[in-house]
Amino acid sequence: MAHEHKLEIFRGLLKFKSNTQKIWGVLIFLSIVTAIEVVLGIYKPAFLVENSFLDMKLLNWIFIVLTLVKAYYITWDFMHMRDEKSSLRRAVVWTPIFLVSYLIFILLFEATYVFDVFRDGFLAWDF
Amino acid sequence: MDTTVTSESGENVWGGGNRPLGASYGKLMMWFFIVSDALTFSGFLAAYGFSRFKFIETWPIADEVFTHVPFFHGNFPMIYVAFMTFILIMSSVTMVLAVDAGHNMKQNKVILYLFLTIIGGAIFVGSQAWEWATFIKGDFGALETKGGRVLQFVNAETGERAAIADFSKTLPEDRVKHMSSEGVWYQEEGYKTSFSLNEVVEGFKANPGILIRTEKINEQGEKTVLDRKESLNRLKDAVRVVEGANLVRNEYGSRLFADFFFFITGFHGFHVFSGVVFNIIIFFNVILGTYERRGHYEMVEKVGLYWHFVDLVWVFVFTFFYLV
Repeated sequence: MAHEHKLEIFRGLLKFKSNTQKIWGVLIFLSIVTAIEVVLGIYKPAFLVENSFLDMKLLNWIFIVLTLVKAYYITWDFMHMRDEKSSLRRAVVWTPIFLVSYLIFILLFEATYVFDVFRDGFLAWDF
Repeated sequence: MDTTVTSESGENVWGGGNRPLGASYGKLMMWFFIVSDALTFSGFLAAYGFSRFKFIETWPIADEVFTHVPFFHGNFPMIYVAFMTFILIMSSVTMVLAVDAGHNMKQNKVILYLFLTIIGGAIFVGSQAWEWATFIKGDFGALETKGGRVLQFVNAETGERAAIADFSKTLPEDRVKHMSSEGVWYQEEGYKTSFSLNEVVEGFKANPGILIRTEKINEQGEKTVLDRKESLNRLKDAVRVVEGANLVRNEYGSRLFADFFFFITGFHGFHVFSGVVFNIIIFFNVILGTYERRGHYEMVEKVGLYWHFVDLVWVFVFTFFYLV
């Protein structure tokens, strides 16, 4: 087993003395991120809702980025991906990222097209 | 084969026993399972995204659907789901502490932390069951039109949602149950709503303070409320009363919304449930000293990987189902 743990997060900005301490540190970080998400979700600041980037509200972009940040720390520190060999890391991480990005792109693109057909086509569905 | 290929370290590559990825067989297979399971969940969530983008102007707003907290009355959007997320992250922490204690061969600590993990998982599954029950029961009730659109009601003065029980008239009518002797077709009847369509329609006509809210989302990101005249006009399209949710129709809006809710959270809840079962099995093994005799606690680590994965999936479900 990999007995040595890498004890620094945020690219060495924060160093912990022991693995247990690192776990609690990551928990605090994840809790803060979740709290930010919930507060934003309840209050929905106007400028984040009104402005959008690539056809999606800024608020939703923030949610997605924060989710990926959480996913990173869960995988890297709770699942100890940080301590695995880079070959294992790449095999496990890049495979889904590549496939899922492709799936999302193709499905959302298609869905937008279907939406346009429903809206502009001669098709009654709101009756 | 002994003489064919050797790795740089001089080990025999074909004879087995070497670990190019530096992880044991069991751990590696758990990682591969996690990759395939992640793809399954991504498929579900991407399908949810597809359906949502397809009906982007009429999709239900999650904030307005999940507003309940057990033992409290009132409107608390997101609070309970946030609590569930926190419980799951907490149980992930106790799990990683159990793994850490396992590395240091501290049996009693592993027992304690695994126990706490199991409790966390049980609270989460229980919360999810409660969420389902609340979702199925519904709260305001709605009408459904011939085209399958859902018409909800709001109070014109306060702008708040109105439940059909608030304004419906109780009419002296008997509901005739459909019997096989009375028709060519006989279909099993589903649930019976607390008010008939006629009672809701008459009650609506008698209460000028009630307006209809359609599924359509306006530019402010809110559901469109019709004025009284439009509402009365729209009411003619209604064909049935809907209370709560099932796989065919639901009072919250698009039918697909309830289907995806049941499917995605159900599949995730089943994962959590299996995770709890695995944890219990390992928990007893730890108590019996199986891993103490084996000399390492790698099994705790493998189950831990699965448990963290379940947490990871929830992080995504939370974002894409409840937040975005």
